[in-house]
Amino acid sequence: MFSKDRWKEILEVLSSNMLRTIATAFGVGWGIFILIILLAAGKGLENGIRQDFNGVATNTMFMWTETTSMAYQGLPEGRNFNFKLEDVDLLRRNVPELRIISPRNSLRQSVGDNVIRGMESGQYRVFGDYPEIIQQNPIYTAHGRFFNHNDIKEKRKVVVIGDGIRQDLYEEDEEVLGTYLKISGVNFMVVGTYKEKTSNGGGENSQREIFMPFTTFSQAFNRSDNVGWMALTAKDGSSISELTSTILNTVKQSRKVHPDDERAIGFFDLYEQFNRVESLFGALQFIAYFVGILVLLSGIIGVSNIMLIVIKERTKEIGIRRALGENPWSIKLQILMESIFLTIISGMTGIVFGALFIYAVNALLASVGPVDMFINPSVSLGVVLSALIILVVSGLLAGFIPANKAIKVRPIEALRTE
Amino acid sequence: MIKIENLHKSYKMGSNSLHVLKGINFSVEEGELVAIMGSSGSGKSTLLNILGMLDGLDEGSYVLDGVPIKDLNETKAANYRNKFLGFIFQSFNLINYKNAMENVALPLYYQKVGRKERQEKALKYLEQVGLKEWATHLPSELSGGQKQRVAIARAMAAEPKVLLADEPTGALDSKTSYEVMDLIQKINDEGNTILVVTHEPDIADMCKRIVHLKDGVIVEDKKVKQVRASEHV
Repeated sequence: MFSKDRWKEILEVLSSNMLRTIATAFGVGWGIFILIILLAAGKGLENGIRQDFNGVATNTMFMWTETTSMAYQGLPEGRNFNFKLEDVDLLRRNVPELRIISPRNSLRQSVGDNVIRGMESGQYRVFGDYPEIIQQNPIYTAHGRFFNHNDIKEKRKVVVIGDGIRQDLYEEDEEVLGTYLKISGVNFMVVGTYKEKTSNGGGENSQREIFMPFTTFSQAFNRSDNVGWMALTAKDGSSISELTSTILNTVKQSRKVHPDDERAIGFFDLYEQFNRVESLFGALQFIAYFVGILVLLSGIIGVSNIMLIVIKERTKEIGIRRALGENPWSIKLQILMESIFLTIISGMTGIVFGALFIYAVNALLASVGPVDMFINPSVSLGVVLSALIILVVSGLLAGFIPANKAIKVRPIEALRTE
Repeated sequence: MIKIENLHKSYKMGSNSLHVLKGINFSVEEGELVAIMGSSGSGKSTLLNILGMLDGLDEGSYVLDGVPIKDLNETKAANYRNKFLGFIFQSFNLINYKNAMENVALPLYYQKVGRKERQEKALKYLEQVGLKEWATHLPSELSGGQKQRVAIARAMAAEPKVLLADEPTGALDSKTSYEVMDLIQKINDEGNTILVVTHEPDIADMCKRIVHLKDGVIVEDKKVKQVRASEHV
């Protein structure tokens, strides 16, 4: 079946009309090329977006207070309210599936500059947080340290500032640690700087934020036991999306908000968002396969067409061979193998060119620096293998009709053809 | 060797049915050299096609070397053709991208004979037809007579029971025709059974027996004194 003679004949037939063979092969190669490029582009986008989620505990929701829209228990609608610290304890008790609860307060965006250092000043967002926030927020301490529970307990007036702020308020080679910043009239010592884990997605702004211990913040800015915002992360194995209604009901009850009031508490479910992105990747991959295979299909039809023409041209030859006693199945096998050989060779060429193209794109990306939401486009070995399987199957399909046609012609009719 | 009884064959031409062979009774012994003659439309080619299992029969029986030929599927027919029959065509029907030796070796390839043995045999038969030094030439580089001799070597390569020649000299000038007939006679001298379809009387006279077909029936079947082709060369 895989004899030398068979291969010799395949090569003879395919090389007898080289231009036509190459033109046909181009169709299949192009299809595979497109498929590989599309899959790699999808992967690049996926890698880029995944990088944005990198370091973020995705099983997380955020919630904050807004204005009530329904009157409840004698309280009017349109009421402003805050979470309280006791709500945090209540949630810990009532929703044991939660791993981390980080209450936060922040300074309202003031009109003028709120941070002063000597002659420099700037307007920045300021947060009072618990140390656990860095598990939920994709930042890392670049220099010095993040604040800890001792800072919380002793209400130390320390802050961690973004690297962007350091650039704004300090000289390039100036020591930051131990310096003081005046934030809304209160002095704080800088104990660390942080950087974003992700390189993209609004990095400039979020590197210009100031974090300080929650307790310090409450005392310095007079928030007593109010909490403005919370980040809640569920334990592995529980989905935060499923806990959302329990969490909301718990705080609604303790804040005397009408259970049906949808507008009193705002929240954002990161996990749901993450899942949406995940399903987007799935859809992207589906589209890549769909479009790629459709393009490939036109190449396959091309191969099938050429094989039909080849059969037509060789009708007489096939007649002779059958008169000499060649088994019809042997002829069928010959044509199928020609077809598969043609598709695989051209497909492999397409794969190679696709790989080279991806390599070139990666080299380009490396030289021009990171691009938003697009990192390391690549295809896995699995994709290449499945592309090969697709090729073999499509070669079979492309050869099937011509091969059947070839043995349908009776030898006596084939011999009559001039 | 060949035994045909009451053979009928008709072709459907649209709504009409054309009755080509109308009850042929015919047998050939081993070692015979038979010419089948007749004008065009007499059914001689149809008879040859049926003998060659390229075409089926409607009615009657056909026994080849003791094997009844009936209910053939294509695979079986191909197998029988390969084992029992060698074909020589008017238009040579060599495969144009294979050289002389590869053409001769084809039937052996279909018998799954090993590559080396195939080449040896092919060369042996090419030598027999006097074309050993042309073994690596493509058909396009050969003259008509040479092509037909390659075709004869190919027909013989599988050592068939019967050689079927359909107007083997139809495309050749008379000098080359006689050379080819000389070759056919020599092969027959070695004991091979050969059937030659022709409409040329001088070619028919070079056989040992002439069967005349007319309108689908045998009108004459006579043994003749063989004219040796070598006398004319």
